[in-house]
Amino acid sequence: MSIKNMTKEKNWSGQTMVSTDYLLFEAPREKHFMTGSEVLKEAMKRCTVDASVSYPITPQSEAAHLIGELWAEGYVGTYFRGENEFGVMSEVAGCAMAGARTVTTTSGPGTLRAMENFPMWSGTRIPCQLVLMARGINSPLTIQPDNLEVSFLLETGCMIWYAENVQELFDMSIAAFTVAEMPDVHVPIITAVDGFFVSHTRESVMLPADDIALFPYNPYKAPLPPIDSEMPPGRFLRDPFVMKSNYISYATHASWQWEVRSAVDRSRPYAKHFLNGLAHVTGDQDAEIVFVACGTASHQAKEANRELTKMGIKSKVVKLRTIRPFPHAELLEATKSAKYIFVPEFNIVGWLEKEVTQSLYGKSEAKVIGRPRVAGGMSMPVEAILKEVLENVEKGA
Amino acid sequence: MSLRYMIPASKFKKYLPKDYVELVDYGPFGKDYNDVGVKNMGTYKELVEEHPMCSGCWMAYYIKIIFASLPNPEDTVTIGTAGCGRLAISQAAVPFIYGNYGDQNAMASGITRAFRLRFPDRHKDVITIAGDGGMMDIGFSMTMHAWFRRERFTTIMLDNEVYGNTGGQESGMSMEGAILKMSPTGKKFGKMPAMQLAITAGCVYVVKMSPTNINKASKAIRRAIFAARTLGPTFLHVYTSCNIEYSIPTNDVFRDAKEMEKGRFAYEEYMTDEAKELFAQIESKNKREVS
Repeated sequence: MSIKNMTKEKNWSGQTMVSTDYLLFEAPREKHFMTGSEVLKEAMKRCTVDASVSYPITPQSEAAHLIGELWAEGYVGTYFRGENEFGVMSEVAGCAMAGARTVTTTSGPGTLRAMENFPMWSGTRIPCQLVLMARGINSPLTIQPDNLEVSFLLETGCMIWYAENVQELFDMSIAAFTVAEMPDVHVPIITAVDGFFVSHTRESVMLPADDIALFPYNPYKAPLPPIDSEMPPGRFLRDPFVMKSNYISYATHASWQWEVRSAVDRSRPYAKHFLNGLAHVTGDQDAEIVFVACGTASHQAKEANRELTKMGIKSKVVKLRTIRPFPHAELLEATKSAKYIFVPEFNIVGWLEKEVTQSLYGKSEAKVIGRPRVAGGMSMPVEAILKEVLENVEKGA
Repeated sequence: MSLRYMIPASKFKKYLPKDYVELVDYGPFGKDYNDVGVKNMGTYKELVEEHPMCSGCWMAYYIKIIFASLPNPEDTVTIGTAGCGRLAISQAAVPFIYGNYGDQNAMASGITRAFRLRFPDRHKDVITIAGDGGMMDIGFSMTMHAWFRRERFTTIMLDNEVYGNTGGQESGMSMEGAILKMSPTGKKFGKMPAMQLAITAGCVYVVKMSPTNINKASKAIRRAIFAARTLGPTFLHVYTSCNIEYSIPTNDVFRDAKEMEKGRFAYEEYMTDEAKELFAQIESKNKREVS
């Protein structure tokens, strides 16, 4: 299989190529019933993916197998199993630097093993996609859902989006390529879901037909040229600044790092368009009790909101869909009425609470409460959320 | 065609750096190897000239041979990692990638696969050039697995038997008993059998050498690149001494390389039958090419 099998209208597997807007917003959809892993296959099937490299780790393995099946079926250009996650992420970088639209998946310890790669990915401005199916990090050994690993990724210079459910994973992982490949963005994107809760849960999902797909990635629109000997290569790769031990090298490194963060920021309008906003708000607009959450925690918060409504207590849920860039303006707007902000999380450190506190510092009078917090595979029953709310609000009243 | 990217618009030419214009006018791009190559070094604009390597560095000399031997410099990408070598490699007029520590062969696996997808009718030569630490220690699993997967690119290990760039620490390729930083009482195990590992892992062409003969060194480099285009992974294990860490007086660097040639870097060449056939074809077509 090669790029020669493509025409102007059809990609190499014979799918008609369409715009992202058509694929996400206009194409008629039909109802299916599938898991997060299965839906990721369906999403990648519609993305004209050039390359994917995989490595087994629970709970992302099945998603990686299914992308392999897409390759066997002729939808993905090249695919193989790498030697470990560090090697895999380097192989992904190689594919992307040579101009390929590239996707991979990993979880927990795999993410940490590959860690050196993520700042390198953003520093080289490759628009590859990592679908992260979050799980706990050892030790003690755990394979259960827990999103501590996301906190390690926050400052890597990659965009981070968080999908709540199977449907969102489908739509987000398609939009992810489009936003990451925008010439004024062009940084890697991490699309996160909670492992098991999304990867292994079967839900109804609306999908467009599978005979349409995105147009291929055009590496020649990249702000940093691909390394393919077809055009002058990016100077910093050809002649790294570290070779010049002088003030210019320090200034260049600093401004380059700054630019990577600016590029992440410039993704806001695109993400807003394709995700229908960086944050989704449900519940009572003027509620004093506000839940701020992402992923499965936001699902549980919505359940708590329903229970509180039954009890005659007003509340609302602010679901953050992008973590990098962080939706500061959306959060501030959505928490204007708040007296209490609860941040329920599936990790021990409360990284989202820290993000929320920092974002609202000096701008909001609301009390930020980083509870309930569960980890290592514990579930977050609605009762636990209600208990926190009732105790704190009573205390505060 | 990629060669086009080198050629400046005529009106801009006078504003470009002299070095660049000389590369366009007198460099090896698009030329017949017999008119450039190692035999004609000094008579044309070479791909790597200035570099910050130490005086008397045998590695810098070998890197110049690598770049003078490229069959298709305008369609070549090199990948390296931390170490002295990349200080010179990154100065060459050939795209160079520095990824993470020791991941050159993983990176190259991705690059070659993407090239074959995007340029199915053309040879885009991919060469990883890294030191003994980068290839056999920190990058070991990625070096080996790229070979096991039969990734079609060339791996060149610049073996100076020490971590030179970080100040002289023991590497897996140092000799047993060598007293170096991090082995203050002498290294406790011997040199890793890189050549045997490469053969076992499926490399189709493997050479171990001390590059005292320029033509011989160049021939091995070209064979490794040609075989990697179609047959499979190729590996060159080359002695490139560190005259600083091993205290070799500058004047004795060549003598030391000659000594090594009689000892643990005695010339060894391995090739599969397929590779043998390929070389016979290429070399009979162009008798002038091989010495």
